[in-house]
Amino acid sequence: MKSGAGTLLTLAGFFAILSLFSVGGGNSAIPEMHRYAVDVQHWLTDRQFADTFALAQLTPGPNLIIVALVGFRVAGVLGAVVAMLAMCGPTGIAAYFVGQASERFKGKTWHSAISRGLVPVTIGLIAASATVIATTADYGWTAGIVTAATAIICYFVRINPIWVFVGAAVLGLAGVV
Amino acid sequence: MTSAPPAAPPRPSLLELFITFATISFYGFGGVLAWSRRMMVEERDWLTPEQFNELYALCSMLPGGNIINFSVIFGSRFRGVPGALVAIAGLLGPPMILILIIGAIYSHYGDLPALRRMLTGIASAAAGLMMATVAKMARPLFSNSRSIAAPLIAVSTFAAIGIMQWPLPLVLAVLIPISIAVAWVRL
Repeated sequence: MKSGAGTLLTLAGFFAILSLFSVGGGNSAIPEMHRYAVDVQHWLTDRQFADTFALAQLTPGPNLIIVALVGFRVAGVLGAVVAMLAMCGPTGIAAYFVGQASERFKGKTWHSAISRGLVPVTIGLIAASATVIATTADYGWTAGIVTAATAIICYFVRINPIWVFVGAAVLGLAGVV
Repeated sequence: MTSAPPAAPPRPSLLELFITFATISFYGFGGVLAWSRRMMVEERDWLTPEQFNELYALCSMLPGGNIINFSVIFGSRFRGVPGALVAIAGLLGPPMILILIIGAIYSHYGDLPALRRMLTGIASAAAGLMMATVAKMARPLFSNSRSIAAPLIAVSTFAAIGIMQWPLPLVLAVLIPISIAVAWVRL
């Protein structure tokens, strides 16, 4: 684990630039992150990257937390903090100003058209990423039943989904899924 | 058509903002969108379904993490810069601590088969929860519009990305202008 100032600077620069290109949300930045961390910088092996991705998926919180884990592997806790700040800082500041502007222009026709027009596209994108998650590896028909049952329960019943997750975890542990 | 904000909108305090986003984060296995909507719309009544859709759509089209942008804009709307900082700290602080602990354990024990099996179960449920959420988000699309244009655009986006796997920038460059034009005409 090398944590020279140069490494931290490289981490910060890479994630700051990467954040600008992660539009459309979720995992759109993963392929580029993989290319840079594994093929260019050799921070991680292919397998380590796959495990890092899996760990980030299974940790509660935004999936973007993978950035902290890559930073951690490269330069310890300081690396994790630097990578995360670089990934969220610039875009967070941009979002702040867009949010302010959006409040100011509320009520203007073009503002309503844009706000409303983005919604159907976004909903289509979320539906697409739900499918991608549901069709990843080691996904058998029992897992399909768990997915379908969860979807139906959470849509129709006002239950806290965490209980469904607990049930699914138990089924997984028992080797059913 | 967008419902006007209520006369006296509930104004979350800094502490409430922190706790809410930390809770969203803590429950958010396999993504935090579902939990954000549940907290904001179903539990706290801080946003109407339409307001949530519009704010989330804006955030997902901005560069960076959707929910991170969401926390910044939502927090700042109620409590300015401190609100934004508190919301993002609630969202990112707990999972960062957790993932560093998990990462450290993982590098000691390698892959734990039991943990992996549990996660497969959770991942299957998470995909289902996301489907339920997207179905709820799509409801205003069908009930509020007398035309089928908006649902048609949603379905086209889904088909282009989810089934055809066409490149995202291209799909967005074509469908976003169409969708905005449709919304404009119908205002």
